[in-house]
Amino acid sequence: MSQVFIVLQSNEETRAIVEAIEQDNPRAKVTRQPAMVRIDAPEHLVIRRTTVEEKTGGAFDLQSLHINLVTLGGHVSEDEDELSLSWNH
Amino acid sequence: MDMKVQKAKLGLKEKYRLMTRDLGWTPSYQPHEKLYPYAAYEGIVIHDWDKWEDPFRLTMDAYWKYQAEKDRKFYAIIDAHAQNNGHLNITDARYLSALKIFLQAISPGEYCAHKGFARAGREFPGVGTQVACQMQSIDELRHAQTQIHALSSYNRYYDGFHAFIQMRDRMWYNSVPRSFFDDAMTGGPFEFMVAIGFSFEYVLTNLLFVPFMSGAAYNGDMATVTFGFSAQSDEARHMTLGLECIKFILEQDPANLPIVQRWLDKWFWRGLRLLSLVGTMMDYMLPKRVMSWAEAWEIYAEDNGSALFKDLARYGIRPPKGWKDAAKARDHISHQFMLAFYQWSFGTAFHGWIPSEADLDWLSSKYPETFDRHYRPRWDYFKKLADAGTQFRNVGLAKLCQCCQMPCVFTEPDDPTLLCHRERVIDGHRYHFCSDHCREIVEHEPEKYVQAWMPMNQLFQGTSGGGGIENWMRWVNLVDGKDNGDFVGSRDQRNFAAWRGMATSNNGT
Repeated sequence: MSQVFIVLQSNEETRAIVEAIEQDNPRAKVTRQPAMVRIDAPEHLVIRRTTVEEKTGGAFDLQSLHINLVTLGGHVSEDEDELSLSWNH
Repeated sequence: MDMKVQKAKLGLKEKYRLMTRDLGWTPSYQPHEKLYPYAAYEGIVIHDWDKWEDPFRLTMDAYWKYQAEKDRKFYAIIDAHAQNNGHLNITDARYLSALKIFLQAISPGEYCAHKGFARAGREFPGVGTQVACQMQSIDELRHAQTQIHALSSYNRYYDGFHAFIQMRDRMWYNSVPRSFFDDAMTGGPFEFMVAIGFSFEYVLTNLLFVPFMSGAAYNGDMATVTFGFSAQSDEARHMTLGLECIKFILEQDPANLPIVQRWLDKWFWRGLRLLSLVGTMMDYMLPKRVMSWAEAWEIYAEDNGSALFKDLARYGIRPPKGWKDAAKARDHISHQFMLAFYQWSFGTAFHGWIPSEADLDWLSSKYPETFDRHYRPRWDYFKKLADAGTQFRNVGLAKLCQCCQMPCVFTEPDDPTLLCHRERVIDGHRYHFCSDHCREIVEHEPEKYVQAWMPMNQLFQGTSGGGGIENWMRWVNLVDGKDNGDFVGSRDQRNFAAWRGMATSNNGT
């Protein structure tokens, strides 16, 4: 089983995003390293706009993730409501 | 009375279609092949360019918005760094050597990637691909500029930063990254895409930026963390573009598979050789280390890379030919390269040093299979010579690999006590190689690689400043006694200690 992963800069903006990822992906593992947060998950990982908005109480544009993104692994699929990472095997 | 009309917001998919596909047109003055003269000669067959899609569905309007925000964040931190003597916050002045190598070897590569993607964006006939390449081209230019800008604040205080542009072209170890990017840029657009977009960005840049920048944070270097992460936020898009392009090429026609496989084999190996420079920086030049090169390799290349190649297996792709040899080299290359740098430190525009006992212990613990057995005794021996005042100097010039241009300092994949060396006579001239993989690359396109500019050969021919080491130093802009040699006793060491003393007490003035 292959892992997908996403790495974000650790800052105020990404705190809510990391919490949202943990809530929506119970199998995800969060690792904190200097200046960044790495999240691994088996096969699949999803970031939902509505979950982030629940955390922050404000509107969240998923594409603004680009500002704090460090790296990722897996095939990306994105629309206005969610960004998902997955492998096809 | 005017009614306020709620404008329907475009969905991401619809917006992407309008801002990419809708910008294309069918030419009527010229035939398609004349508009895109380089799209066919590499043998790649594409039936339908519209099948290519950016999975992030990023359009130019959103691109400018987010890039502007990244730049604002970047410059806020760079200003603060300059205003607050940020250069004195780094853990140790040895760390500067890593920054000097970065500026000389990597930043000019970003500029090459900028030029290459500008060209790829022009030469690929598909609109979606053109837009994505255009964004990447602008990204790479931004990376070169922000890196140069951030590191210029170190140039005000320390040696070795002042002539990176000339050194990129003339300094022997910089011919490694230079030849890598020149090789990619002189390939066709598809090879360029596989080389940079896929092999370099997807399989290998994680190793360059992620652990290294996290290491910069650990070493108190806010300027480098900032340009590193700012650049890396674009890399996620670049990696995705690279992966998407490779899937697209493979899905378009079965004839593309062997061509793509050959490029993957070639560029994986070239990337690995280039990154041995990064491995050396990670293991030896960060005073505080987040992880070893071997650990980073395990996470970012072995784990993530295997997931990727398992995924591509459905198209018939197998892991690159050099994959197994790369794993065998994992526990050796950084030590072999640092030992080489130390012996030739009179000819490097950064400082070398013998690691402290604590650092040697750390290396022993991170490389339990190899370090105590093969490398620690050599450092101990060098230390004995240095303590006796007879520092070891290798005044011979290194034999360079005709492909990667690395000095031939690496060992046989299965015997770390034997130097790996291959050779081949082409048109009456003898060429040297560091490995079977580099030799194979040259044998496939000898007419390209026999033209390579080899710094050591040029030095012997007297074309690098007129012959002799002194002339060579002047020609590469290396200031003897300041930029080169041992860290211990260097101007950087003295200045850093004195200025830090002034910053932390009232008695230093």
